[in-house]
Amino acid sequence: MNESLSTRRLVIRLSLVVVAMFGFGFALVPIYDVMCQAFGINGKTAGAYEAGEQGVDASRQVRVQFLATNAADMVWEFRPMADEVAVHPGDSTQMVFVAHNPTDRPMTAQAIPSVAPSKAAAYFHKTECFCFTQQVLQPGERIEMPVRFIVDRDLPADVRHLTLAYTLFDITASKPPVAQVGQ
Amino acid sequence: MSAVIDTHGHAGHDHHHGPAKGLMRWVLTTNHKDIGTMYLWFSFAMFLLGGTMAMVIRAELFQPGLQIVQPEFFNQMTTMHGLIMVFGAVMPAFVGLANWMIPLMIGAPDMALPRMNNFSFWLLPAAFSMMVSTLFMEGGGPNFGWTFYAPLSTTYAPESVTFFIFAVHLMGISSIMGAINVVATILNLRAPGMTLMKMPLFVWTWLITAFLLIAVMPVLAGCVTMMLMDIHFGTSFFSAAGGGDPVLFQHVFWFFGHPEVYIMILPAFGAVSAIIPAFARKPLFGYTSMVYATASIAFLSFIVWAHHMFTVGIPLTGELFFMYATMLIAVPTGVKVFNWASTMWQGSMTFETPMLFSVAFVILFTIGGFSGLMLAIAPADFQYHDTYFVVAHFHYVLVPGAIFGIFASAYYWLPKWTGHMYDETLGKLHFWMSFVGMNMAFFPMHFVGLAGMPRRIPDYNMMFANFNMVSSIGAFMFGATQLLFLFIVIKCIRSGQPAAAKPWDGAEGLEWTVPSPAPYHTFQTPPEVK
Ligand code: HEM
Ligand SMILES: [Cu+2]
Repeated sequence: MNESLSTRRLVIRLSLVVVAMFGFGFALVPIYDVMCQAFGINGKTAGAYEAGEQGVDASRQVRVQFLATNAADMVWEFRPMADEVAVHPGDSTQMVFVAHNPTDRPMTAQAIPSVAPSKAAAYFHKTECFCFTQQVLQPGERIEMPVRFIVDRDLPADVRHLTLAYTLFDITASKPPVAQVGQ
Repeated sequence: MSAVIDTHGHAGHDHHHGPAKGLMRWVLTTNHKDIGTMYLWFSFAMFLLGGTMAMVIRAELFQPGLQIVQPEFFNQMTTMHGLIMVFGAVMPAFVGLANWMIPLMIGAPDMALPRMNNFSFWLLPAAFSMMVSTLFMEGGGPNFGWTFYAPLSTTYAPESVTFFIFAVHLMGISSIMGAINVVATILNLRAPGMTLMKMPLFVWTWLITAFLLIAVMPVLAGCVTMMLMDIHFGTSFFSAAGGGDPVLFQHVFWFFGHPEVYIMILPAFGAVSAIIPAFARKPLFGYTSMVYATASIAFLSFIVWAHHMFTVGIPLTGELFFMYATMLIAVPTGVKVFNWASTMWQGSMTFETPMLFSVAFVILFTIGGFSGLMLAIAPADFQYHDTYFVVAHFHYVLVPGAIFGIFASAYYWLPKWTGHMYDETLGKLHFWMSFVGMNMAFFPMHFVGLAGMPRRIPDYNMMFANFNMVSSIGAFMFGATQLLFLFIVIKCIRSGQPAAAKPWDGAEGLEWTVPSPAPYHTFQTPPEVK
């Protein structure tokens, strides 16, 4: 009898471990995001940058290159106005991307940014970006979408060249254009 | 010897319930031996099914170009072959061995939770019927590789992926219940005097395996649940468009996946550690170090998962950490290999079939460990990753590792299970055909892999043609030989010579103190362990 009691307790404890590990699987999601943010890995950039002016480091120049890619099945035309700009760290710069919906139906899109080399991602601040919201384009509509950014003065000295890449996803199915207001 | 059999045999008869009659015996049974038998047969059926798919793969790869199947179907074959072998053949075989042998080895009358035991078994046929049925559904079955990376398995998956997810859930539940049962049995039902450090190594390795299962199967369940939510409920765990990340999938999967590969090898370590001393007629060298080595391997297996992801773009410090941590696993693994070698050293060895499989296990598993070390070198892995070199590596650890471990166990304990000896000549033939076949099949894969042949592709460059043909011939030989194994087992059950209670003179352990075949109920009163 004593034996079966302790078996019961053991099974309950082991089941708790099972539940905890199931939860741990999901906990990996925020842990992963936090790690990527903290170490600036995977080229993930942070959300909108709030800090004030840094003071420009005119002695240094960094080339920032822009890439626009369509995810599979995305049909929009999507490109930056210029392939590359040279900026001084600390200076606020704007670049405009163009998007055009060539289809005959309204569509919603989401752009996902990524910075390479990934160790530079933590030093690339976006104060304004079309990637913070979703884009709804009516049939045939064309828009210009700005991104405003500051390259941090603390950017490691060996980084002289950055790439800001956007991938544009068609999310019409999950975010139907009609439901969107104020876009 | 026969006197022993008689007394026990009588005790067995006097006992009220023997097995029930008819089919319901198997459906309702809570007897650990019945359930162990069912697990073993199920696993063997899955082994043949997964093997058939491997034959399709090798037939297509016999020559360059597309001859037999379409690429879409080829992808389903590689995927299902991997899933069935891992979850349907290897894991259930070890659970079957655990069911049969753990109670006999620790002097327990049965498993601690017999009803749950029945349920965990019967979930498996349900899970695998569902999974295999996807092959006949519109759009086909899983075609995204056994590692089912998102977004291949989410955004681009066939419709049937939902059934695949549900099947993974079912077998996960089955494994978790099986593992809880093993832990409860080992911790609570040991005969008086059977202290932890007196337990046979098979029991030890299974205890540690069970903890690994309890820790990582829920993570796998979480992983497929996230897929399910991405596919059907509009979340974006793994979808970049919604702010998720496909690389996250790989982290979650391999957090489960790497311990999983040890789940498939540790019980084989335990079985071999019982068999080698029996046929070398010497006690196992370094018992205590074996226990600690197993525990360290289990611990380390949690901190090396990203060695499967060296090429996804993890930072340099990450590459270095996972590279060194992975190499560290070679240390406790090496301890084990040296212990087995020292056990054989100056032993009075004989080479019956279980011993042949065990010696081959030690040698060939070590080759797999070496190719693992090569893959663990992060800068080199950029060249090897996703080539046939990886395929060669994991087949060297899984076929002569897990599968040979299972064959060795089967031959070693068949006399106890059936009460008959198997045919030694045929057993040796089975061994040599398997040995030659598997080396022919998998050794050339090292070369084509190093030369850059990618895995999971139905066609290949002309320059790989010769090695692939050799591989295919070896694979056909290995595959056909397994039918011989089926024949040997049936012959053993039907018409083998009667086996003594302890048919191997060097064997140790409580399981040899009960008659052969082991009566339906054993150790109703716990034996005394000195
Ligand atoms: C010394 C021990 C080992 C080391 C250092 C090692 C290392 C590695 C590495 C680095 C990879 C990834 C290669 C790549 O994808 O580029 C790998 C793959 C793999 N290993 Fe091992 N390994 C070891 C032992 C084992 C054992 C014991 C097993 C199973 C019984 C195993 C099963 C696998 C499997 C199944 C894969 C391939 C997974 C896939 O991508 O489909 N390994 N191993
Ligand atoms: Cu691994």
